[in-house]
Amino acid sequence: MLRIDALQSVYEKLQDRVVITIMGAVAAELQAIGHRPNQFYLQHAMGLASSMGLGVALTRPELSVVVFDGDGSVLMNLGGLTTLARYRPRNLVHVVFDNESLLSVGGFPTATSTGSDITAMAAAAGIPRAVTVRTVEDFVAAFDEAIAAHELTTIVAKVDAKGPAGFVTDLALLENRFEFQRWLKKAGARTAHPAS
Amino acid sequence: MPVSVNHSRLIYDALKECGIGLVSALPETWLVHLIRMAEDDPEMILVRLAKEEEGVGISAGAHLAGTKSAMLMQNHGFLASVNGIVSCAQLYRLPLLMLISHRGEFGERDPWQTEGGGVTEHVLQALRIPFAYLDAPGHVAHRIRKAQTLAYSSNKPVALLLCRDLMWEE
Repeated sequence: MLRIDALQSVYEKLQDRVVITIMGAVAAELQAIGHRPNQFYLQHAMGLASSMGLGVALTRPELSVVVFDGDGSVLMNLGGLTTLARYRPRNLVHVVFDNESLLSVGGFPTATSTGSDITAMAAAAGIPRAVTVRTVEDFVAAFDEAIAAHELTTIVAKVDAKGPAGFVTDLALLENRFEFQRWLKKAGARTAHPAS
Repeated sequence: MPVSVNHSRLIYDALKECGIGLVSALPETWLVHLIRMAEDDPEMILVRLAKEEEGVGISAGAHLAGTKSAMLMQNHGFLASVNGIVSCAQLYRLPLLMLISHRGEFGERDPWQTEGGGVTEHVLQALRIPFAYLDAPGHVAHRIRKAQTLAYSSNKPVALLLCRDLMWEE
C-alpha cells in the first residue's frame, strides 16, 4: 500500500474532523491531495503529534480528531501510547503509517523493520482497539470501524517506503498554525459529533 | 512531608484565577499537593504524563483548541522537554506556561538533584525563555498572572521557577 493512496482513500471523510499530521511525507502528501484549514502539520517535534491530538481531544470532546503518525515518530514517544491509553479519548483515531524507515532522512530502517510491532505495543499500552492493515481496502474499513466504534483506536497501516520528491510545501508553518486555530474556534458551532 | 500545602494552594488558586483548564504533570516531591489539588478539582483536566515533553504537545493542542493550560514539572523534566519546547512551542509560536520546581539550589539535600539546579537558568536563557522565581508567597499570584499575560501576548513559552523557600517548610 502506498501512503498517498491510503490518505486519498479517507480524504473526503476528513473534511469536518480535526486532522493533525507528523512532518515529512505525510504532511507533503496530504497537502498534495489538498490542504484544508482543519489540517495541521507538525513539521518537527517528532513524537508529539499524538500528544497534540490528545490535547485537542480532551478539551474538545465534541470534535472528532484524527492523527496521522509514523513509525519513526511513535518510536520517539512510546510513553505517549500509555498516556493516550490512560485517557482513551473516544473521539481520537490514531493512524500510524509504518514504512519501517526514516524515509525523509535517507530511508534508514527503524526498529519496526526488525520486528518491533507498534500494534502490539499500542494494545499492550492499553489502547482499547489496535489493528494492523496492509491494503487500502482494509485501511478504509478500519478507519470507518474506528469512527463508528467511537473508541480510541490505533490503526497501524503498513505502507511502502516511498514518498514525494520533496517535503517543503508553499504553506508557511505559522500560516497553517493560525488558520488551524481559527478553524477550531469556529468548529464547535457547526460540528455535532461526526461519529454519531 | 514538609512541602507547603498553603503555598501550593496559593499557586493553584492563582492558576485557577488565570483560567487554566488543563494541567499536565509528572509527579515530583514538591509538586504533590499541586497535583492532588488538580485531582480533586472537577473543573480541571489533569493529564498524567509518562515523560514531560508530551506535555508540550498536549498544551499545544489544548491552546489551539481554546483551553488555557500549564505544565507542572521538575527542572529535570524541563531539561527532558527542550526539543519539544523548541520545535513545537517556539517554532509554532505557542504560549506555554511552565511551572518548574527548581531543585538543586541552596539547601538541596538529595545528591541526585544537584546537577540540574545549576544549569536550569542557563538553559532557559539559552532558549530565550523569560522566567521569574516564585520564592515568597506575596508575589505568587501576580507573577503567575503576569507570566501568563506575557505568554499570550508574545505567543511564546514562559517559565516560573518554584523555589525551596516557597515550596518547602523546614
